[in-house]
This record gives sequence, C-alpha cells and structure tokens, in this order.
Amino acid sequence: MAHILQTAFLPSTSALRRTPISGSKGKSQSLQVKAKIREIFMPALSSTMTEGKIVSWMKSEGDKLSKGESVVVVESDKADMDVESFHEGFLAAIMVEEGGVAPVGSAIALLAETEDEIAEAKAKSQSSSGISSAQVVEEKPKQKEESEPAVPAVAPTVSSIKTVAVGSAVHPASEGGKRIVASPYAKKLAKELKVDLGTVVGTGPMGRIVAKDVEAAAAAGVVAAALPASPAIAAPVTSGIELGTVVPFTTMQGAVSRNMVESLSVPTFRVGYTITTNALDALYKKIKSKGVTMTALLAKATALALAQHPVVNSCCRDGNSFTYNSSINIAVAVAIDGGLITPVLQDADKVDIYTLSRKWKELVDKARAKQLQPHEYNTGTFTLSNLGMFGVDRFDAILPPGTGAIMAVGASQPAVVASKDGRIGMKNQMQVNVTADHRVIYGADLASFLQTLAKIIEDPKDLTL
Amino acid sequence: MHSICSQATAVPRSNFAFDSHALALPISKPINLRFCGLRKEAFGFSGLTHSCSSRVQFTSRGHSKRISASAENNGTPPKSFDYDLIIIGAGVGGHGAALHAVEKGLRTAIIEGDVVGGTCVNRGCVPSKALLAVSGKMRELQSEHHMKALGLQVSAAGYDRQGVADHANNLASKIRSNLTNSMKALGVDILTGFGAIVGPQKVKYGKVGFPDNIVTAKDIIIATGSIPFVPKGIEVDGKTVITSDHALKLESVPDWIAIVGSGYIGLEFSDVYTALGSEVTFIEALDQLMPGFDPEIGKLAQRVLINPRKIDYHTGVFATKITPAKDGKPVTIELIDAKTKEPKDTLEVDAALIATGRAPFTNGLGLENINVVTQRGFVPVDERMRVIDANGNLVPHLYCIGDANGKMMLAHAASAQGISVVEQVTGRDHVLNHLSIPAACFTHPEISMVGLTEPQAREKAEKEGFEVSVAKTSFKANTKALAENEGEGLAKLIYRPDNGEILGVHIFGLHAADLIHEASNAIALGTRIQDIKFAVHAHPTLSEVLDELFKSAKVKAAAPSHVPVSEPVAV
Repeated sequence: MAHILQTAFLPSTSALRRTPISGSKGKSQSLQVKAKIREIFMPALSSTMTEGKIVSWMKSEGDKLSKGESVVVVESDKADMDVESFHEGFLAAIMVEEGGVAPVGSAIALLAETEDEIAEAKAKSQSSSGISSAQVVEEKPKQKEESEPAVPAVAPTVSSIKTVAVGSAVHPASEGGKRIVASPYAKKLAKELKVDLGTVVGTGPMGRIVAKDVEAAAAAGVVAAALPASPAIAAPVTSGIELGTVVPFTTMQGAVSRNMVESLSVPTFRVGYTITTNALDALYKKIKSKGVTMTALLAKATALALAQHPVVNSCCRDGNSFTYNSSINIAVAVAIDGGLITPVLQDADKVDIYTLSRKWKELVDKARAKQLQPHEYNTGTFTLSNLGMFGVDRFDAILPPGTGAIMAVGASQPAVVASKDGRIGMKNQMQVNVTADHRVIYGADLASFLQTLAKIIEDPKDLTL
Repeated sequence: MHSICSQATAVPRSNFAFDSHALALPISKPINLRFCGLRKEAFGFSGLTHSCSSRVQFTSRGHSKRISASAENNGTPPKSFDYDLIIIGAGVGGHGAALHAVEKGLRTAIIEGDVVGGTCVNRGCVPSKALLAVSGKMRELQSEHHMKALGLQVSAAGYDRQGVADHANNLASKIRSNLTNSMKALGVDILTGFGAIVGPQKVKYGKVGFPDNIVTAKDIIIATGSIPFVPKGIEVDGKTVITSDHALKLESVPDWIAIVGSGYIGLEFSDVYTALGSEVTFIEALDQLMPGFDPEIGKLAQRVLINPRKIDYHTGVFATKITPAKDGKPVTIELIDAKTKEPKDTLEVDAALIATGRAPFTNGLGLENINVVTQRGFVPVDERMRVIDANGNLVPHLYCIGDANGKMMLAHAASAQGISVVEQVTGRDHVLNHLSIPAACFTHPEISMVGLTEPQAREKAEKEGFEVSVAKTSFKANTKALAENEGEGLAKLIYRPDNGEILGVHIFGLHAADLIHEASNAIALGTRIQDIKFAVHAHPTLSEVLDELFKSAKVKAAAPSHVPVSEPVAV
C-alpha cells in the first residue's frame, strides 16, 4: 500500500514536508486545524552557520516544555548556544542525537502538543520507509524523515539488544542466536555505519561481534555498490525520496563515491562482442528443470574461458606486476534491498553446473538476508554484471578496484543475421562488453578471451561436463 | 573511593626531585616531601630548621621543648607515655599527621601493618597517575586529527604493557621509599605490625604469629584507610574479575572490560584502558554516569570522555553476580534493574573491574575495647575528628582521620585532617573546612572541583534563604588552551551574588586539577569574588580561565569587603 501510494503521489507531494503551503498538501493541512505535532528545527545561530552540532539535549523525550524554555544546546561555528522552544508541548522524539550534526533548517526533534500524541509522534519518527506515503494518507503536517531506530525503553543498549536478535549471528556467546554479543565499539560503529548487528557474524573472542566485523559488513555493501549495474533492481531507491531536497551521502554512499573516483586511476578500456546464444538457450531449456540458472551457465562459461586465458583473470595490485589469481572466482552483481552485492562463485571452472546452481541460489538467499560472510563477497577475481533480463541490449561497467576485468552482459534477442553462405536467418544474439585494466590486460587478450567465450557459449556441451 | 585519584600532579615533580636528590644528598630528605602539596606547606618551617642542624639535634631539641609545652597544657606528667602521638596507619593521612607532629615537637610513632604509603602510594593515586600519564600520551599520539592540527606527523604509536606496568610500579616504590625516608629522617618511629587499641591511650602492635608489643601515647590517631569495596555476589579472582588493586599492576589489557561504577576510579581506568586499546562497558547503578559530579560538568565530561570513545554503558542497573572467566567461558555479569530488581541482561566480557567505591579498613582495630561501634565500618567522629563512642560521648585522646572516618575519602583530605588533629593536640583549636578541599579526576582532560555542586548550592540557598548565581567560562576562549589545541572545557563558578562568597567551582578541561587551587584557596581563606577578581594572572596561561570566571561573576556587594586598599607599590 505504502509503495503504491508513494509512487503515485510522490511527484506532487514530495518536497512539501518543509514548505507545507503549496499544492494539495497545503490544503489538507489548513483543513487539519490542529497541527499537533511540530518539528523543532536546527536554528541559524550565526549568519555563516550552515550546520549545527547537537551538544546536548537539556530535555529528554517525554519532558514537558513551556514556550521559551531551553531545549537543546547547539554548537555552531561560533559558539554553544541554548535553543528555546517556540511552542508549548512535550518533547516527543529526538531525531538528532547528542553529538549529531544537522543542517540549518532541518528537523532535529518533534514536539507534541499533548501527552497523548507523544506515542504518535514517536511512531512517526520510527517508521523508516514509506513515510511520505503515510504522510499523504494521514495528512499529518509533520514527519520525521529518516528514522533513528528510536529506543522505547530506559536502557537503550539493553532493550535494543533484545529486540534485534533474530537468530542470525550464531555464536557461543549468543545462546544460539537469542542475543547479540557485540563489543562497545562494534555497537557504536554499527550505529554510525547503519549496519544491523543482527546480520553480522562475529569473529571476535567467543564469537562476539567486534569492530572489524561491522566494518566488513559495511564494506560488503560498499564493494557491491561499487558496481555499475545489477539485475533485478528492486525499488528501494524510490522510497522516501523528496524531490527538490539535497540528501547527503550516507557513510556507505560516501565510500561508494570514493571507490568510483578511485576507479578513475585505473586505465581501463572496453571490448565488445556479439555471441549467438541459440545453443545455450536450448541447453538452458533442457536443464532448467534441474535447477540450473542462466546466471550459473554464464558464470560457468566465463570461468571456462578464463581458464584458457589466465591473464584476463589477473589483476594489478601495485602498478608494477601481474597478480595471477590461483582460482577463478566469478563475482556476480545482485541488487538487494538498499544496495548491491557481489556474491562469489568460487572455483567456477571446476565446480559442476548443478552444484554451481545450487551454490548460487544459496548465495542469493544469504545476500538477501544480509548474511554473506566476507569471503563470500570479496574474493571475486572476475565480475559479471547482467542486465539482460530488463531488455538492456548493451551497457558498459566500471571496473571494481582490485580486479582485472568485468563483463557487462546484455539481453539475448532474436536478430536477423546474414550468414557466410549468403543466407539470411534468425538467431538469438547477446552482446557482451568487457571492461579491463589495460596495465595487465591488453586488447588482444580480451579479444581472444571473448573468442573463446563465444565458442563455449555457441557450443555449450562443455558446460554440463 | 576518592582517595585513589588525588594528588596526581605532584607526582612527576616528586619523582624528579627524588632522582636528582637521592643521588647527590641521600640524607637531606625534606625536599623529597614535595610529593604532597600539603606536606610541603606544613614542612616549610622545619625545612629551615633542618638546613642548619643535624637530624638528631633537630628531633631531640624539638622533643624536649614540646613535651614540656604539652605538659603545661594538659597537666599530664611527662615520661608517663611512650609517645606523645601514635598514628595507626602510614598512608598519606598518617604521614601528613606524623610530619606535622614532628614539626610541632611531638614524640611520634607510626604503626604500619602492610607497606608505608597506604592506598594512595601503593594502590591508588600514585601508580594510577603513572598509568594515566601513559594513557594521556598515547591518546595524544593516536589522535591523528589533533597531531595534524598541530602540524605534527607521528607514525603509529604503540606500547609495551610490561614497560607501562613497570613504570607504575617503580613510581610507587620510589614514592614509598621517599615517604619512609622522610619519616625516618625526622625521627618518627615506624613500628611494624597491625595496630589495635587495647584501652584508653594504649595500643598494641605486632606481626601475625609474634608476641604483641604494647605502647602508650597521650594521643592516638586512627588512620587505617580503606580497601576496595566489592558488593555481594561478585567473585574477585584477581585475574579476570579485579579491583583497582589488581588493575594498577596492569597484568593484562583485556579486549573488552566492564567497569562496575562510573565514579572517579572507574572513569580514570576507562581513560587508561581505552587509550591502551580496550573497549569498555560501564555499569552504573544510578540513572546517569558520573553521579558524583556537578550535572553540567558530568554531561560535558560524558560528551568528551565517554561518547566518542570505545565505551558503552548500562545505567540504572546492579551487577548482582559476576563470575570470573574459566573453562573457556568469558566473564559473565548478571544485571538487574536497580529499581524493579528484575533481571535485565547478561554481559559476557573479557574482564571486569570492580570500582564501586571503597570500604573502610577498620576490622580488628580493637574499637570494642573503648566502646566504639563503627557505622558501616566507618569510625564515627565529630567535626574535629574526635572519635565518638556508642553512647555518643567523645573518646578522649582518640582521633580518626582519612578514609576510615569516611568524611571525605581523598588522600589530601586525610592529610589535612591529620594536620588539624595535630594542631588541636598541640593546643590550637582547629576545624577543617571540608568545603575548601579540592578533588580531581585525572582523565584527559581532567575534571576538578571544590565546594558545592549547583544542585547542592541551590538546595542550601533555599534552606537558608539566599540567592545563588552561576558564572561559566569556556576553554575555547583561552589562548594557552587553543595553543595546545585543547579548547574543549568549561569552568563553572557557583556563588552568592549578594556577598560574593564562592560556593563551588567546577572545572573540566586541560590541567583542571592544577587550576582548581586558586578557587580552593579562595574558599579556604574566605576570599570573596569582588576581591579575587583584581588578582593578576600571567598571560597567556590556563589560569586566565579562572581569572575570566571570577570577572564574569556579577556581585552586588558594593566595595571590596575586608581588604583595605593598599599603599601603591611601584617597582
């Protein structure tokens, strides 16, 4: 419901959150006379101030405020200042915690007029996605945009530990996944990097989650997101986007951005190839019932081709040497809610197609549950990105740092083809486009690799061996 | 509990003094006494005497003179007692009292059952300051941002645990031998063994398994101090569940340590452990961390000392059961809600430090022989440190100072109380103003305070019907602090606007522990704000934070009160 409404209403209602005067929203608000839940904004304490840091909240959630009473101490570029409330009411929800930074004019807390509305405001500040839609439906004047998983009880850490534990991280200390055991710094990092501890597997003493586990989990998202494209684009991006606003990068997006910029330091080039897939399609039809997927077939074919062209499976780590990888690990980009991840099919050249398909299914399930172990997403030596299922006929991928090549796979489409013997016929054709690091992989290498790959795909009997 | 962190800043100085001195002039001790500010002051006079007379001459001369003096005062025949003053316990309190007693010419003995120096020197302030000195430097070296801002480049900082532990241990032994030598040099008899009171003016002492010796003294001071308090249900094994006694030896630096109690001791250790790479979980029974501090200071301190560090915390919970690590299992800590008593959580950590305060060490003191009943272990005393018996009467010639009476558990408070007692027994009535005794917590940056907190002051004001004002200054505006790139800090003055009386001063910031003394001296001497604000401070120094603080106070009192305008002095 929320999603449907959202897409329908977004264009006209977004960006109204802070300027509720225009459009249909404005009307609805004026009808709604009792604007009960107000926002407290980050004030501009000096002419040069663009953002402010919350030094401390002088009131806690649930406290009563009278007009003119100091609520929060804000640190501007010049000084610490007390900020007073313009209205009477109850501090319902704190949206920017102490130590947090917010741009001038953004909401930092919600003020409820009566005690009864505290819960309502809190609920609002908690519901993360679908907020815009909720807004439309309920016609409430104020909303919280991005929710901190606000903590209901007195002792924050304790209660959150209890609520989060959904039996994912299994280690001795967690009583079979009932509790999450994470070190203080790991908890802090998880909050900062917005990593759900429930999805992190601990590698610390007694299996506890330590800082590097959280960092790895966050990096997993980053590595994956560094890839340009993905199959199966869900639609997480559309939720809660406010048109006309500037949304700063999250930590993860910041890292993606850095990675993308970093990729500019690698001299890449691209080589494309058109491959006829009739035989492959036929094979796929034949063994589909045995659980074999197209992704696994493509990965297998690529791996077999790589086995003959080890240089395409190499990478350049230091700018001075080839690193020839000992195994052929095919990373395949997958879109998951809120990002991209690259589960890795290890030793894809050696594992048979049925095992590979099962492995793939398992990896995808794990990826969606955010349970991939680091070695399951960061050990790829060659990356596949397939947008064919969307009808994309050709595209171009950015090389993930640390690898030698990535192959963008387009859709397999029927085409009218003239053959060498002068006849015209219909064939299914697929365009692939490889991006490679020219420091180690040259044009001729890619050309011969692609030739091999085409041969394998056009005569796929080796794939089922 | 407080005694563990007092007097730190004097430590490096004394260390230095000892080094240079011990090599050159091993006999001349008074300069070594610098490690204790109070002692130094008290000893100023005798230092003069000492410089022109030998040790033996000095003590004997002092003796004869003073004994007759005390005889006059009290009508007690001389020579009927073995000593004029016996002090049970040779910690900082006992030591301070002994030195002052010698200065006053009393024949003095001190009974020590363990090691000279007591908690402060051996298991408290002194070794902890060594660890904190290390943590401060580590913290600075690790703060890339801070270094960069100063234009410094430092490659990765590391440490050697044993080296750090040795530093703390060496410091304690140095200070201990300083203390011992200083007392020996002045002719204080050090009697070894556990002391106990057998009757009025009579004390026995002796090592376990040896016959007791009985000595008599005109006056007796109990200064037996305190030991770490360990609540019920907590099993201390000295390895993974430890008290400050063990922690100061720094036998390990656990990855994750829970600290039970967020007072001075807990806070200082959190500073040490996080600087050395541990992660810390605080367990605090009250609803907020650092309950002993002025709330505003506590909040700021939390913002700087807790939130940005690798520390998390559980407040409003009791640790009801703590089991040491064994058989491959981690330390487990069971938490219950402090109010509802319902089980709240179980923590599994690598180590737990019990910093829940300190309990008086008064068992076996023979107090029953003189009809004195302790209260939660503390010896009841009046404002002159005179011991009160079970019937509410004063016990003649018996005093109790320091942690054992629980009035103010700080090393320098014990010493000040001891000096106060000596003043009384030598004929000058003296009541120590505890509100003028500063306290400090040697985190980075430091926290210091003297007098009342704001809530205490407001409560008092309400009761007594006066007005309270608060003035604040920030370290951000101080040149010296900014030069050090340490602008984080606040000084807070709580005062009476009607007469300019200073009720309390609280400082959080660079070298706060050194800065507090201007305020504590003002309180001790009764200096009003309208007077002290004209005192000049060198520029640029951190002391200007207090200068500005006094100047920003708005006192209604018209003119400077009791200080007459002095004659103009030109140089």
